[in-house]
Amino acid sequence: MPDDTQVVPALELRGVSKLFGDHEVLARIDLRVMPGETVCLLGPSGSGKTTLLRCINWLETPDGGVILLRGKRVGVRQTHDGILPMHDRELAAIRTRIGMVFQHFNLWPHLTALGNVIESPIHVLRRPRREVVHEAEYLLEKVGLSDKRDVYPAYLSGGQMQRVAIARALAMRPEVLLFDEPTSALDPELVGEVLTVMKDLAHEGMTMIVVTHEMQFARDAASRIVFLDKGRVIEEAAADEFFERPKTERSRQFLERYNR
Amino acid sequence: MTLRMDVIWHNAPEFLSGLANTIWLCGVSMLLSLVLGALFLGVLTSRRRQLRVAAQTFVDAGRCVPFLLLTYIVYFALPAVGIVLDKWTAALGTLVLYNTAYMAEILRAGWLSLPSGQTQSARAFGYSGFLLLRRIILPQILIAVGPVIGNQLIQLIKDSAFLSIITIPELTFVANEVQSYYFIPFESFLVATLMYWLLCSGIEWLVRRGEKWASLVRRNHA
Repeated sequence: MPDDTQVVPALELRGVSKLFGDHEVLARIDLRVMPGETVCLLGPSGSGKTTLLRCINWLETPDGGVILLRGKRVGVRQTHDGILPMHDRELAAIRTRIGMVFQHFNLWPHLTALGNVIESPIHVLRRPRREVVHEAEYLLEKVGLSDKRDVYPAYLSGGQMQRVAIARALAMRPEVLLFDEPTSALDPELVGEVLTVMKDLAHEGMTMIVVTHEMQFARDAASRIVFLDKGRVIEEAAADEFFERPKTERSRQFLERYNR
Repeated sequence: MTLRMDVIWHNAPEFLSGLANTIWLCGVSMLLSLVLGALFLGVLTSRRRQLRVAAQTFVDAGRCVPFLLLTYIVYFALPAVGIVLDKWTAALGTLVLYNTAYMAEILRAGWLSLPSGQTQSARAFGYSGFLLLRRIILPQILIAVGPVIGNQLIQLIKDSAFLSIITIPELTFVANEVQSYYFIPFESFLVATLMYWLLCSGIEWLVRRGEKWASLVRRNHA
């Protein structure tokens, strides 16, 4: 396939497959995300969205296909003996470049809000503490939580925890940021505050892949929609296009349920 | 019967040095076996099956041998196969060996109680191996099992009395020496009991203090 662009995709998936036993969760998924794009993965539950996201940073090992982060392969390395799986440490190094925000936040409960944000830049990236703290304070302010700096996660609401989790991911200065249903575990009145932060990021040019059921967010913030069903990409289109003129029957049905 | 507390008072330095020996032996071996237990945790949760089985076998065996028997083995049986240790090394070694098996098991239970999302989010942020254990997993485990470790320390202090069998001058040994020399078993053992009680109450107090802090971290948390 000739490369028609000069820019290397931030992330590229070619033929990524995943099996759980006999069940094909992902069937040869292709996906290209250019720097600055926000791609929303939509689809009914069980369509493989979350698994796809988790294959990108190798939390789930794909059974086939290629994942490229800025043109460099994730999860495997080329040696004289052929292609071998990456060692834990190589994998860890690559993962520092891919940020992730989880459905259930997964903040570290033994660390304060600030502690959560500075933890990995200091101990994994080994950046100087002062600089990291300074940046973390800015990030907490950005997500509107400066006053919660010294509070433990147990004392934060779900929306606050998720905003800390976003700041924590941003502190790593990731090249791509993955969101795995970031608002699904939140009370309805807390969803807005998290989506606002995410929209700001999208408009600032952060490269993001977002698994979500929030159609309004997808419409407002996504540059592109990828619609999955039963482990396959059924439709891929610009956001306006997808919501105004869905091309497939399956995506029309899907959207109808949300518009009702 | 009049209590000969004057004799006890006269021998206060002996009692205090016995208490001090009990404290440092148990304190040092507790710290050592915490470190070793943490290393064992790495092996117990390893993906390599043979390593895991070997470690589990050691831990299970360690927890089944009575402390007194283990002391006999280290001090009296090992010289028969050419390993001669002085009594202090033997004492410390026995305590560490015995306690490490418990620590490994306690830490493993704490590890099992961690929500799986914890390790996962840490891996996604580039943690692996020892760094993952030290920064993310161990602190949470210690918060979860702190009180159990406190109890184990109390257990260890009581077991350390068996070390008098190899003439380590710890608290029980001293109490026995004093009572047999002056024929005052009641006073001597009473004082030793009180000292053990004070020591263990102190540890319980520390554990409760720690719990207060831990509950800050834990509130609401699954």
